[in-house]
Amino acid sequence: MKIISKDILAQNEAGRIVKMRLEAPAIASNARAGQFVILMVSENGERIPLTIAETKDNTVMIIFQEAGYSTKKLGEMAVGDELFALVGPLGHPVPIENYGKVIAIAGGVGIAEVYPVAKALKNAGNIVVGILGARNKDFLILHDEIKAYCDRLYVTTDDGSFGEKGFVSDVLLRVLKEDTNYQLVYCVGPIPMMKVVAAITRPHNIKTLVCLNSIMLDGTGMCGSCRLTEDGKVKFCCVDGPDFDGHKVDFEELSQRHKRFLSEEKISIDKIEKKCKCINE
Amino acid sequence: MSERGEISKINLQERICTFKEVSRGFSEVEALKEACRCLQCPNAPCSKGCPAGIDIKEFIHLIKEKKYLESLAKIRESNSLPAVCGRVCPQEEQCQAACVLSKKHDPIQIGYLERFVSDAEIKAGAFAPVPHVASKNIKIAVIGTGPAGLTCAADLAKAGFEVYLFEALHKTGGVLAYGIPEFRLPKSIVAHEVEYLKRLRCKVECNFVAGRTQTIEELRKAGFKAFFIGVGAGLPQFLNVPGENLNGVYSANEFLTRVNLMKSYAFPEYDTPVKVGRRVGVFGAGNVAFDSARCALRLGAHEVSIIYRRTFIEMPAREEEVENAREEGIKFHLLTSPKEIFSDNSGNVEGVICIKNELGKPDSSGRSSPIAIAGSDFGIELDTVIVAVGTSANPLLISSIAGLKLNRRGYIEVDENMQTAIEDIFAAGDIVNGSATVISAINQARTAAAAIIKKLSK
Repeated sequence: MKIISKDILAQNEAGRIVKMRLEAPAIASNARAGQFVILMVSENGERIPLTIAETKDNTVMIIFQEAGYSTKKLGEMAVGDELFALVGPLGHPVPIENYGKVIAIAGGVGIAEVYPVAKALKNAGNIVVGILGARNKDFLILHDEIKAYCDRLYVTTDDGSFGEKGFVSDVLLRVLKEDTNYQLVYCVGPIPMMKVVAAITRPHNIKTLVCLNSIMLDGTGMCGSCRLTEDGKVKFCCVDGPDFDGHKVDFEELSQRHKRFLSEEKISIDKIEKKCKCINE
Repeated sequence: MSERGEISKINLQERICTFKEVSRGFSEVEALKEACRCLQCPNAPCSKGCPAGIDIKEFIHLIKEKKYLESLAKIRESNSLPAVCGRVCPQEEQCQAACVLSKKHDPIQIGYLERFVSDAEIKAGAFAPVPHVASKNIKIAVIGTGPAGLTCAADLAKAGFEVYLFEALHKTGGVLAYGIPEFRLPKSIVAHEVEYLKRLRCKVECNFVAGRTQTIEELRKAGFKAFFIGVGAGLPQFLNVPGENLNGVYSANEFLTRVNLMKSYAFPEYDTPVKVGRRVGVFGAGNVAFDSARCALRLGAHEVSIIYRRTFIEMPAREEEVENAREEGIKFHLLTSPKEIFSDNSGNVEGVICIKNELGKPDSSGRSSPIAIAGSDFGIELDTVIVAVGTSANPLLISSIAGLKLNRRGYIEVDENMQTAIEDIFAAGDIVNGSATVISAINQARTAAAAIIKKLSK
C-alpha cells in the first residue's frame, strides 16, 4: 500500500492531474484492463474508486484529477507514504477479443482509463482508432503512450492548443462518415460526452461500451450506492460494471445520482480551504 | 407488577441524539437476583430453544454461585460470541420463549445474563484462556470476518490450525461492523472478539476480496488445505417500485454502511457523507429496518416512520428493539405497502404513494399475507427513503469458484457438515441460509469447523 512514485502530469488553478504507482503485488498480478481499485487515504477517509491505468513490477498505476476533497487529500500524499487501505481488482475487465475495427474514445482524465483498454485491444489484434479530448495541451495526458497502440490517433482540445479545436464527438462523426464498419466503440469520460458518443453510434448499430463511475462505497455489491439503470433494469456499477451498453444506459438518472452529495462535498472542500488559510496566516 | 428486573437504559433525551449503547445491562445485584429466579428445570427447555444448544441452566447456576468466568466458559462451549449474542439474539423467540416461567410469569432474561458474564470479562480487560496446542502447520483460509468467520476461525485455531482470516472491507466484523449500530452493539465488543482471535495466532488480512485479490485456486497453490466461506448474503434487495433510484433513496445496507462503517455521523470529521432529511420513511420491519430508523433519528431527522405491510405481531425484528424504537418516538404506518416514490423536479424524494392492506391467510412463512385494499391509496411526504426489505446472495466470490453448487436462490448448497459440493470448501451463515440470525450462523460455523478438523486430522 506504499506510494512508490508520484508525478504531476498537469497543473493549473483548477487543480492537478497526478500519477501514482502503488505497491500492490496481489492486485497487480490479477488485474486486467478496465478493472479498478478502491483506496482510502486515512482511517477517516472516503473509499475512492480509481481505474488501474497500468500494472508493472508488483505495482498498480493510478491517475487522478484533484477534483474533489478526497482526491485532493490523495494528491497531498508523498512517495513512501502508506495508504490506509487499498483493495482490488474490482469490477469486470473489459471483454477483450479481436473485434476487427474498434474506436477508443476518452476525455479528460478518462484518457488514463482508456489507455489499458486501447493497449489490450491492440494486442488482441484489433485495428484501433483513438480519439482523445482534453481541455488544452497541458491537460492532454498519456498521448505518446496511447499513440503507440493506435493505428490512427485524433486529438481535440477545447482551445485548439493541441490537435484540432473542438470535441471528440466532432471527430467521431467525421470518422463514421468515412466508414461505419466498426465493431466496437469504447468510451470513457464525462457523462455528457459518453451520452453524446452513444447517441452518435446508435443509428449505426455499433456496440458501444461506456465506462461509468457512479458513487461507490464498498465496491463489492454490498450497498447499492452505485446503482444505475441499463435496459430498464437496476445494475450495480461495482459488480455488474463498470462498463455498460451506452445505448441502454439511463444517462439522465446517472447524472442526477452524481449530484447526491454535492452540498456535502462543498463542506469538505471548505475544510481544506480553512486549513490552508490557517497555515498561510 | 412484573417479577423480572427492569433493564436500565440511558436517558431518552441523550439516547436519541447520540450513538451510545441504549441498554446498560444488568448490574451484579440485578444479575444475581435474576439468576435466583431460575427454577433450574431438570429438562432445561431453554437449551432446546437455543439454536446453538447452550447449557443455559448450568451457566445460570454458575452465576448464582458468583462463578462468572466459569459461567462464561460454559457458554463458550457452544457459543464463541456471547457478548454479541446476549445483545442481538431474538431471545423472545428462542430460549426465553421456551422458559417454563414464560407461561405464567416473565421468562428469565437469559440474554441479559449472557451479556452480564461476557461484559464482566471485557470490563476486566481479561480474555478467555488461550489453549496451548501444538501447531499442526496446516493453513486454512476463513473468508469473511462476520459472526460465522470469527467463530470458525476460533475453533480451528484452538485445534492447532494456522488460520488466515480474509476480509474484503478495511475493518473486521462483517455485519457486526457495518450493519448493527453502535447503540445496539458497541464496536469495542467486536474489537475484543477479534483481539481474542489474534491471541489465538489467527492472521487477519483486511482489504482482501477473495476471488479477486486472489482466487481460491491461487490460495490452494499457496498451501491452504481447506476453505471456509462466511461472506454473508450481501446484495441489497429493492421493492422494484418506481422511483427507487431517486436521490434520497438508500438501501439499508448503504445507509448503515455509511453511518456505522464509515462513521458519517461524524461528518465532516470523517469524510464520508450521509444525507438525512427531516422526514424519513423506512420500508420493512426487520432488525435492519429498525436499526436504520433509529440511526436516522439520531442523525437529526424530525420524523421517522416504519412503513410495513403487516402489523406489529408479524414484525421480524427483536421485540426489545421495537419497544426501544417506540419509546424513541419512531412512527408506524402498518398494513401499508409502498407503491411509488415521487420527487421534485431535480429528482429529490418528496414522498411515497402507499396502499393499505388487510391481512389474509398465512403464506409460506406462516405469517398472514397482506392483501391490498383497492382504492386505498394515500401519500406520505418524505425527504429520505431507506429500503430495508432483505438481501440476496452476493455472487462476487461464489461465481469465481467453478463447481460450487448453488440453490435456486443463489445461496451455497451444503451437506449436514456444512461441506459444499467442493471437497475442501465449507460454508455457513447467510451465504447458505439467506438472511438469518447471528446465532444460527455461529452454530453452523461450529459444525463446519468440527468437520474441517475431522477431515484434516485423518
